[in-house]
Amino acid sequence: MNFDAKFAVKKFDSVGTRPVRPDGVDKVTGRARYGADFNMPGQLAGAVLRSPHAHAKIKKIDVSKAVKLKGVKAVITAADLPDLTDGDSGLYNILDNCMARDKALYDGHAVAAVAAIDARTAREALKRIKVSYQVLPHVIDVDEAVAPKAPLVHEDVFTAGIDPKPKKPSNVAKRSEYGHGDVEKGFKQADFIVERRYRTEQTHQGYIEPHACVASYNADGTADMWVCTQGHFVFRQTCADLLGIDVSKLRVTSSEIGGGFGGKTHVWIEPVALALSRKAGRPVKLVMPREDVFRASGPTSATSIDVRIGARKDGTITAAQADLRYSCGPYQDMWAELGAMTSFACYDLANVKSVGHEVLVNRPKSAAYRAPSAPMAAFAVESAIDELAHQIGLDPVEFRIKNAAKEGTKSSYGPVYGPIGIGPTLEAARDHPHMAAPLGANQGRGMACGFWFNFGGQTCTDLNIGLDGTVTLAVGTVDVGGARASLSLVAAEELGISYDEVKAVVADTSTLGYNDMTDGSRGTFSSSMATISAARNAIAVMKERAAAMWDIPVEDVAWEKGHARATGAGHGNLPPLSLKEIAAAAPKTGGPIAGHSELVADGAGVSFATHICDIEVDPETGATKVLRYTVIQDAGKAVHPDYVEGQYQGGAAQGIGWALNEEYIYGEDGRLQNPGFLDYRIPVCSDLPMIDTQILEIPNPNHPYGVRGVGETSIVPPLAAIANAVSNAVGVRLAHIPMSPPRILSALDTKKQD
Amino acid sequence: MTAIAVSTTINGDDVDVLCQTEETLLDVLRDRLGLTGAKEGCGTGDCGACSVILDGRLVCSCLVLGAEAEGRRIETIEGMAKGDELHPLQTSFLEHAALQCGVCTPGFLIAAKDLLERNPDPSEEEIRFALAGNLCRCTGYDKIVRAVQDAATVMKGG
Repeated sequence: MNFDAKFAVKKFDSVGTRPVRPDGVDKVTGRARYGADFNMPGQLAGAVLRSPHAHAKIKKIDVSKAVKLKGVKAVITAADLPDLTDGDSGLYNILDNCMARDKALYDGHAVAAVAAIDARTAREALKRIKVSYQVLPHVIDVDEAVAPKAPLVHEDVFTAGIDPKPKKPSNVAKRSEYGHGDVEKGFKQADFIVERRYRTEQTHQGYIEPHACVASYNADGTADMWVCTQGHFVFRQTCADLLGIDVSKLRVTSSEIGGGFGGKTHVWIEPVALALSRKAGRPVKLVMPREDVFRASGPTSATSIDVRIGARKDGTITAAQADLRYSCGPYQDMWAELGAMTSFACYDLANVKSVGHEVLVNRPKSAAYRAPSAPMAAFAVESAIDELAHQIGLDPVEFRIKNAAKEGTKSSYGPVYGPIGIGPTLEAARDHPHMAAPLGANQGRGMACGFWFNFGGQTCTDLNIGLDGTVTLAVGTVDVGGARASLSLVAAEELGISYDEVKAVVADTSTLGYNDMTDGSRGTFSSSMATISAARNAIAVMKERAAAMWDIPVEDVAWEKGHARATGAGHGNLPPLSLKEIAAAAPKTGGPIAGHSELVADGAGVSFATHICDIEVDPETGATKVLRYTVIQDAGKAVHPDYVEGQYQGGAAQGIGWALNEEYIYGEDGRLQNPGFLDYRIPVCSDLPMIDTQILEIPNPNHPYGVRGVGETSIVPPLAAIANAVSNAVGVRLAHIPMSPPRILSALDTKKQD
Repeated sequence: MTAIAVSTTINGDDVDVLCQTEETLLDVLRDRLGLTGAKEGCGTGDCGACSVILDGRLVCSCLVLGAEAEGRRIETIEGMAKGDELHPLQTSFLEHAALQCGVCTPGFLIAAKDLLERNPDPSEEEIRFALAGNLCRCTGYDKIVRAVQDAATVMKGG
């Protein structure tokens, strides 16, 4: 059916309120079932053997002693996951990452797996697998990897995106370039130029729930999987492709998800669990130990970024340039490209150029992490912008306002912007009382902006009206942080009924059409659009039913506040029919009433935020304390403001951890030295202040209610906001994230020597 | 037979269970007794998602052996509500949207209950330090702290 997604001004009854979430009671009573909370009859315990080497040729794997151990039901290696990828290099890389084939490419790379009657037996079986490795030279550091004589992660990778094709293989898998104008000409017009190299270290999404699944491969070639994922439809497709199963024969149910932040958009153990189940002929539960989560799943890129920005005395930026190197782990991806695209997206620039380099290293495969690649680019650019403002002698907020992108600006990555929120968030920051609050000794204030594209994508939703007039909403995007509450509000709004009369659930892959991954901040944006469409389709059915009950033409029926109303001359005296009355009559008027929606949610409005942060630095120890933090972000329309604030606060907290403390630490041997929450320390409750939020609502013209994605942008500004605050507190520019105490002390020492 | 027989009390009920020597209390709760409200986030006592009360003391159940539960009293998240009546902390977490993914929530509720039983009127700083053994990656802790503050007020009758 035709669906008009254009924004229309509307007075809301349900949207914008803050009811308790429908999955809430299960979650406070311990009844909600996550990835590891599900069991099947005859289930076996799975376990994975991982490479202790950063880079090694796998000469031989002897599993004979493991197979003979009593209670072991299956042992698999790459030989049990034959290559069915048919020249699809992206899919091949996923297969190779799930189970190493010829080489182990990082410390933690899976090389074999077992399924046994219990965890004890599975652990013992792993010890009995003998792997013969030929250890190869490795490279961990992103800058060292691009040096001419660096060990090659792959002998057959030649830098793509360069013409002519290079003759020598390289760890730079791809070069990409964005921008417009003439930057050299622009730099000649500049009175001030800031040029600096910035580095960020690798961080992990740090979801509290480790990856977990139960796979059951049946004798008839069908299979079921229960898994914590951000996209069960995509997991189904990937697993089906890798194992040679028809998509319709693999049913994937997404469990409650204990955090993902992008890290659960990729398959890791799921194909392995299916292969184990296929070989053992029994269901297999596979749960990643926390150490494996750090060593073998999810981290974001480590980066090295050169930025050069020039401006005139009046504060007009004349040219901006960035050269970005992002580590990808051992497989090519588009992390540097996303960095290049996002780096200057906040500004209206005549001359801009950003170049991305995808760098292969012997670290785990880089994965999406909340607005992937944008925080590092924003750290570099927003630090340079701040430094430039200081050089010119302008207030950093006013300098940004002067150069901010606006409606009609051609963005640095190509598209021309519609109505956007960067200017309003900056103006709100300028006017915020936080900006005028006094600071004490050793304290500094910083601010920074952030951008994220947001995504829409393929979405399918069912809305079923029960005989009692209550509504079940089945969605195919995963609820990562309150989406079922938001979508229930939207259904209630559109139908004109109460929130309590709607129950939203996440449907499995066999009961609903395909949905894209829940990424790109698309969950509430795209599924609310599909929910509105499904509700309007259900309303069309209910109007037909009411027309039949009244025996009048359907053209004479309108839908208002949960009721069918007869309109037009001659029907005015008919009392309205409520949704409940129409639902109760359904068996006699044509059967069940439902609304379906399948659409591509185009037009996800871009998102901007501005953050303000106060920091105190202890000059004796280099320790930092976040004193005050304010997030200002455009939500388009906040459907459930509590969960919008939650996204703002959560992204800020992750950014604070990244900026001040979190990093992957590797030894000379290429092994990860801190694969646990003790040594990879994410912010705890006593590290943080309250995080203030201000929601701006600049309607997205491409959504009926004006909604924009809100999940990711909040992690983009913190690295730079905190770096600017620390730099202002200590009087020296910090250009290496995280700003851990040793790095701050070292910067203070450098300042003393100057 | 290498298993150990354990008699213990869980949420007021007498429970007999067999476990292997290396099995943790968390393993026993989750895998032997089906009490999956306590979560394994790390297995090393760093995240607090497996928090339970053992003889009145807040512990990470991943750091206690199952065999050590012999003769002890254990309180888990499954016993926090009295039937249909939620504990004020549970209600407060819902009303303040103090959870997003919710996987850390059982541990936070157990730790917060332990705090409020020892200190019915904690300052914000006392709440933050009492909950510092529980990791949350979604919320930034803001709404969790507010939920605990509000529950404390309710429990004092205010």
